[in-house]
Amino acid sequence: MDCRIIVITSGKGGVGKTTTTANLAVALAGEGHKVVAVDGDVGLRNLDVIMGLENRIVYTLVDVIEGTCRLNQALIRDKRINNLYMIPTAQSRTKDAVTSDQMLDICRQLRSEFDYVLIDSPAGIEAGFRNASAGADEALVVTTPEVSAVRDADRIIGLLESMEKAPISLIINRIKPEMVKRGDMLAVQDVLDILAVDLIGTIPDDESVVTSSNKGEPLTFSNGSAASQAFLNIAKRICGNEVPFMDLSGNQKGFFSSLRRFFGK
Amino acid sequence: MFEFLSRFFSGGKSKEVAKERLQLVLIHDRNDIAPEKLEALKVDMVKLLKKYLDIDENGINMNLERRNRSVALVADIPLKSSQRPVRGRKKNA
Repeated sequence: MDCRIIVITSGKGGVGKTTTTANLAVALAGEGHKVVAVDGDVGLRNLDVIMGLENRIVYTLVDVIEGTCRLNQALIRDKRINNLYMIPTAQSRTKDAVTSDQMLDICRQLRSEFDYVLIDSPAGIEAGFRNASAGADEALVVTTPEVSAVRDADRIIGLLESMEKAPISLIINRIKPEMVKRGDMLAVQDVLDILAVDLIGTIPDDESVVTSSNKGEPLTFSNGSAASQAFLNIAKRICGNEVPFMDLSGNQKGFFSSLRRFFGK
Repeated sequence: MFEFLSRFFSGGKSKEVAKERLQLVLIHDRNDIAPEKLEALKVDMVKLLKKYLDIDENGINMNLERRNRSVALVADIPLKSSQRPVRGRKKNA
């Protein structure tokens, strides 16, 4: 298949870009594709710890760019699953260590080797974001159902459109069905009304995301939680399969949660 | 419990507030038009329209409105309810 290079971005920090990148990389590899996840956040790298590969780093993206090593030497193969690789970035450097042209060149080299290249973008709209996006064909925008995150997502979508990335698809993370039901959290449709882009995933707020990051084991290695299922579904949609969206409206809950709600807790 | 009660009495759902605030903020984010500029536009438009129509200047309402990923300038310009049709034009042309 033709390689697809996808940047995962958000504008606002802390909405789940890195978690999304790691989980989708594992899930896409699980679908049988050859995948590389690239940490695009020079100076604040985190993809390595989220994926649990921090102890295997020898060379980084910046070493490749500076000619210290070959691209293949910076590729870390994930031994837990076939066809999954990660390229870490440098922690002790700043965003200036990489230029857009250099990222384009790296992406060009990866294109011939992989089915999917996922680039974890830093927060913000400055050079870091622009470099991470430079070599990407498509974009996944991660947001949460909160005013600040949605506003920043809107700004990022505008920038990605002007950079001619297509498709640009939206992932809404950390949805709390209970809050949505009682009208205290923007529902999926509310966010879509505002942003007017294609939805590719909805992810429930799930404590297992925290425990998985504690352990450095992306959730999609197993299928035991709601968030894990949500990521697996997104990976299938990326591959072109139609998968129904999870109902996160809070309406599917049983009697006891209604009772809890009634008592206000 | 307090939250529950206050919600019960105020009848407000915070998501509606969030949505409304977001929509307003985004109109301005997406179109960086300063209020003075909008006012100047209004003055110019009135000048032009008055050449052709008998408009009620005090009733003019002009604003940016959100439509999907674009924003439209919507102007509500009432005509004066005079009996006399505008010169040179038939009434229900």
